[in-house]
Amino acid sequence: MTLLDVENLWVKFPSRHGVFVAVRGVSFTLGKERLGIVGESGSGKSLTGRSILRLIRPPGIMTADHILLEGDDLMTKTERDMRAVRGQRISMVMQDPKFSLNPVMTIGAQIMEAYMLHNAVNKKAAYAKAIEMLEAVSIRAPERVMRSYPHEMSGGMGQRIMIAMMLIPNPQILIADEPTSALDVSVQRQVLDIMDTLVKDRGMGLIFISHDLNLVADFCDRVLIMYAGRIVEVCDADKLREAKHPYTRGLLNSLPRLDEPRARLEVLQRDPAWSEAPSVSGRI
Amino acid sequence: MSMLSVENLNVWFGHGRDRVDAVKDATFAVARGESFGLVGESGSGKSTILRAITGLAPDWSGNITVDGKEIGKRREKAFFKTVQMVFQDPYASLHPRHSVDQVLGETLYLHGFTDIDTRVVNLLDDVGLGAKFRFRYPHQLSGGQRQRVAIARALAPAPEILLLDEPTSALDVSVQAEILNLLADLRTEHGLTYVMVSHDLSVVGHMCDRLAVMKDGEIVEIMDVATLRNMQATHPYSQHLLQASL
Repeated sequence: MTLLDVENLWVKFPSRHGVFVAVRGVSFTLGKERLGIVGESGSGKSLTGRSILRLIRPPGIMTADHILLEGDDLMTKTERDMRAVRGQRISMVMQDPKFSLNPVMTIGAQIMEAYMLHNAVNKKAAYAKAIEMLEAVSIRAPERVMRSYPHEMSGGMGQRIMIAMMLIPNPQILIADEPTSALDVSVQRQVLDIMDTLVKDRGMGLIFISHDLNLVADFCDRVLIMYAGRIVEVCDADKLREAKHPYTRGLLNSLPRLDEPRARLEVLQRDPAWSEAPSVSGRI
Repeated sequence: MSMLSVENLNVWFGHGRDRVDAVKDATFAVARGESFGLVGESGSGKSTILRAITGLAPDWSGNITVDGKEIGKRREKAFFKTVQMVFQDPYASLHPRHSVDQVLGETLYLHGFTDIDTRVVNLLDDVGLGAKFRFRYPHQLSGGQRQRVAIARALAPAPEILLLDEPTSALDVSVQAEILNLLADLRTEHGLTYVMVSHDLSVVGHMCDRLAVMKDGEIVEIMDVATLRNMQATHPYSQHLLQASL
């Protein structure tokens, strides 16, 4: 079943030196699966994620033939209607918890605020729900965490709190923009496991944006590889190592590996034709 | 004889009940021309060891010996000609209003060089940037290019030891490969000794000959890279780290 259907998405930024095109004609669909988007910085992967929520601010211009959320076109919605989509039906977890939590509000107040904004409940119910969610992301002593401020949290805890907050309204789609790149490898696994169980249990669709090829290969079902604003290749995550596009191959070969020591790492040779070629469709 | 040796190093921040012991009783030695890695999670004290060596962490005890000379509380000028550091974030470690020429020229001037003009050009060639980058400002450079400038700055006084604090963690994998290759080349060309901090075991496995695994400020295990590759780490924490990074 298709949850999300994006057709021909473009994001442009006019500047003094002409128009900069960040995303060029991207199309893909998302079912109840874990879809990975990988690419280098500047490849347009984060902007693709943000455009789904229509979070491109002027002077940025975003166009698409349609963005269908269960048949409902997000492109035709007013800004007011979009507020009912953001958070409620599609949630987003940003890269760095330090910048996405309010530093002068307690964790509890923030989670409860988010919940009460979308649901007509009293404080007591919101508190209970917040505790329940913090437990769901395996935070020990949730009562203490509710009373703490973001600076008292470690990076891994902060990111789990963000995930808890995003999952409270029970959205259909979760967009995770580099949710683990600010975290250590050992904590990274924990956060991913939590996201994985939640996504599976609730039958959500997950868009996982990352620059880490190995992580995506392990964690996702399907992968879109982006380069210069286009999708250059689409493949199943377990077949990522057999990817054919020279860009994907280049990225894979440039990784140092423990099991295959090499004297020199391969350096990616960029071909200007890659950014000219039309976007590959990520539809099933 | 070892190029750099650290014995019973303790580093702490704050005092009284706010005292945090960031490094506890760390001991290791790095031979001349060797590349030594420090791995561990954030907060394990790996960067703090580098900062203590360069004098950026004021409260420390123990012995640090560089090239046979013990380091006192106040570092002499000669020390900075021997030991240089490259920082993690190339976006934060370059002065935004100084051009590449100013950054390198100032460093060379402070180290008492007189042929600054030719040296700046040589340094830029060394790190693969070339003279055309000389009058650019940091905002006109990509992350990889900035890290190259930071490496050039560290190389300016012709040091023997380079301390690398996560030199590639802010960069893309494709750029990471370029920088790691550059560092490997520079090491053979200039006969440098590296101490490299990273949370990425595969990067350390690629770059280093030996490595120390750190946890909560203590070095739990020192092993060579062959042991790491064969997954023969003995300490449970190192094994856990190895598992997590596969």
